[in-house]
This record gives sequence, structure tokens and C-alpha cells, in this order.
Amino acid sequence: MSRRVVVTGMGTVNPLALNVRDYWAGLLAGRSGAAPLTLFDTSAFKVTFGAEVKNWKPDGIMDSKVARHIDRFAQFALAAAKEAVVDSGIDFSKEDAFRCGSMVGSGIGGLFTWEEQFTIYKERGPNRLSPFTIPKMIANSASGTISIEHGLMGPNTAVSTACSTAAHAIGDAFHTIKWDLADVMVTGGAEGSITPMGLGGFVACRALSHRNDDPQRASRPFDKDRDGFVLGEGAGVLVLEEYERAVKRGAKIYCEVLACGNTADAYHITAPHPEGLGAGRAMINAVKQAGWNFNDVDYINAHGTSTGLGDKAETLAVKQVFGSHARKLMMSSTKSMIGHLLGASGGVEAIACAMMLKTGLVHPTINLDTPDPDCDLDYVPNHTREKRIHKVLSNSFGFGGHNASLALGAI
Amino acid sequence: MSVEQKVIEIVCEHLAVNKEQVSRTTNFIEDIGADSLDIVELIMELEEEFDIQIPDDQAEKIKTVGEAIDYIERETKKK
Repeated sequence: MSRRVVVTGMGTVNPLALNVRDYWAGLLAGRSGAAPLTLFDTSAFKVTFGAEVKNWKPDGIMDSKVARHIDRFAQFALAAAKEAVVDSGIDFSKEDAFRCGSMVGSGIGGLFTWEEQFTIYKERGPNRLSPFTIPKMIANSASGTISIEHGLMGPNTAVSTACSTAAHAIGDAFHTIKWDLADVMVTGGAEGSITPMGLGGFVACRALSHRNDDPQRASRPFDKDRDGFVLGEGAGVLVLEEYERAVKRGAKIYCEVLACGNTADAYHITAPHPEGLGAGRAMINAVKQAGWNFNDVDYINAHGTSTGLGDKAETLAVKQVFGSHARKLMMSSTKSMIGHLLGASGGVEAIACAMMLKTGLVHPTINLDTPDPDCDLDYVPNHTREKRIHKVLSNSFGFGGHNASLALGAI
Repeated sequence: MSVEQKVIEIVCEHLAVNKEQVSRTTNFIEDIGADSLDIVELIMELEEEFDIQIPDDQAEKIKTVGEAIDYIERETKKK
């Protein structure tokens, strides 16, 4: 029995805001969350800025003991999940626990913990390692902690597909409800890897923008002068729910999840396929699984990371998939404002899409001053547009060649 | 600050409880909800604070705040 699935709750912690309302206001205003990094001394690094979660204090959001026993990324996840659950209005203590689950992934996992404990090991030996080293490091600790906090005993996994993590998690959670394996799923992604190893590693693989003198203008997807992505952190978590029960309990419904196109490039561990073959097929699969016509798609939330190769390949893929309709649809990049939240990006971007579907406002791609001749679509440059949209795709592509395209529809 | 005061302070901080909930007879697991990992962490913190070593076989015998205080007082006197 195939069932319909809707979004009934959302929560986020990200470089623009600590909740959905302020995040959405920031996106509409075209604000950038990038700034010089404060988490550690970056003087030895070629890149000294990023998009940090500002003023992060877990106190008041979660029990101090819980906060101390989970990594930064899982704190973000738990905070976002709490907001999403409250927003949904679901009281999990009154639900059948085995019909409610969690799938919140992370691209990297507990990198803060890993580095902190490795330093202790190097300086003081193995007997000083914290007993929480492993439970804090593991990438599934977000999903595990959310299930413990909310009493969710249904399906519980943690996707890890680098920058497509959250989109794949939402896709898996969608299928779990669609095929009647659960009724409610808390899903999305979280990342907290702005650490010396995280920053240094991304610098080493030539992925990041070097625009140290102007962080807010550094993430400029589809612009001719783009030079890499801006490392971000945070979490985006959604409550997915079976449609009939959501209607029956009078839930606020943001949008419907209709499909998740899922392919691999099978090409290179960091570079996208130059013709965007895998990305294109992910979009085709999403449109077909959703039962839409290609000409019905009004908007695409681009993966749009602001890298030279990535934005070009994604543009090419959209043109190949949509033909002449590619120039009619709108496509914007949330990452132009919040940077690249890696494993959390698909979650915060799905939230942006849900808000666009609900409000009839399309957020812009900021810093798009000089269009790249190879990027010649309507990227909603620099200003929010008032336009009622009904059918959208949200693209996420990850290192390893993982591609996900979520199909979300107005309800 | 006495050993007792310091131990109680560390217990409160690590297990997120108030000073009023903690006395010498407080059992870590039964009274203030510690689990096995909490206790390992607490023992490490006490070792650090008082600059002593608490071997695993001794640590396993420490079930209450008072037992921790007694053990630490014995060890620090030896030094």
C-alpha cells in the first residue's frame, strides 16, 4: 500500500539563525551568514572564514548532561529536532512508539570530539580518553540521541553520503512512511566540522573559496568570479508524517514529499561528472516518480555550492533534463547565503523549499553580479521574488558521486 | 575547600544535579541517575582533580559519594 507523505514540522540551527522563522526572514532579506572564523585560530590556514552557527549555547535547549555527552553536530541535530517536533504539535508520548522513527544523518560525524580526544591521546596517552569518545564521534549519534529524547522506537538509521546526506535521509524517511513501515519520521541532517581538520582538509582538496577579505561575498553560485564553497555548519530537521493522519489531527502541513531521485556518478571521488549525467538522471527519476510532467517544475533549489565545476555541471544537467523549459523555471542557491552545511544542507534546503511552497516567495541567489556565460538560467539573482510555485526539486550532490533530487509539492 | 566539598562540586557538575541532592550517602547510580559511562568519566575527573590514580578494581567498589571521599582522603594522605 503506497501512502502520501507530508511535512508537518521543521527545525533548524544554521549560520543565519537558531530557528526556522528567523532563518526564513534571513533568506528573504538575502543575508549572508559568512564571517571570519572564531572557533579556533586560523592564522596558519589559507582560508580564515566560514559560516559558523553564531552564539551557540545548548543550555536551555537541552539538559546540560545530554549536551556534554554529544558532539557539536549532534547538539545542532537535537536542537533542530526539538523545534521540529514542537512545531509539528505531535506528542510522542501518546503515539505508538514503534510507528515513529528517526533518520538524521551526518556527512562527517563528531569531528570536534575526534580532534579533542586525539590531542589528549597524543599528549597524555590512551588512559585519559573520555568514555564518551566513541559515542560522541559516531555519525549515527544524532539519530540515536533524538530517538532517546523523544522516545522514538521505530526505524532508526543514519545516512552518510557527504553533502547529500540530509536529502538522502529525507528520501529514506519518505519511503519508510510511504511503504507503511512507520507513520511519523524525524529526518534531516546535521554537521559540525568547522575544525582544524575539517577546514584544513577542505582547503587541501581545493574545494573552498579563498575570498578572506570579503567573506559575505564569497559564496557566489553561478557568478563568473566564484572560487569555491564556504564551509558551514548546522542542522535541518523535518517531521514527515503520513498524509491522512496529518489531516485527521488538523496538523499544519507545509508541503508534500513526492519522490527522491537517487543515482551515482561512478566517476570521481570529489569532482562531479562534467556533463552532470548522474545529477541529471536523479532529477529525471524524481520527476517521474512524482508522476509530474517536466514542464510542471516551477523551481529547483540548486545544489549550487559556488564551485567552478559544480555549478556548471548542474546547469548543464538541468538544461539536458528540462530542454527549453530549463530557461522558464527558477533555480536559486540557499548556499549563497548560509554557505555549505555539508550533510545538513539538504535539510535546511528542504525547509527553504517548504517555506517557498507555503508562502509564494522565492528566495534569491545572492552575490550573483556577473553571470558566468556557462551558467545562463534564471537563478533569481539577488532579490526575493513573489511567485506562487507548486512543484519543486531540491538537489544535493555529495563527494563520492552521490546524487539526490527531492520532489516537493504544494498541498 | 575540603575534599568533601570539592567531590560534591564535581559530582554536581558532571551529573547535572543540585548540591541539595548530594550527600555522603548518595549512591551514584540509584540516587542521581548516573550510568556506567558517567562513572568512568567522574572517576577520571576525580583522578585529575586530586592528582591520584584510582585503579579499575578500586573504582568498581566506589558506589557512593562518601566512598569516593574516603578513598581520595586515604590516597592523598599517603602522598
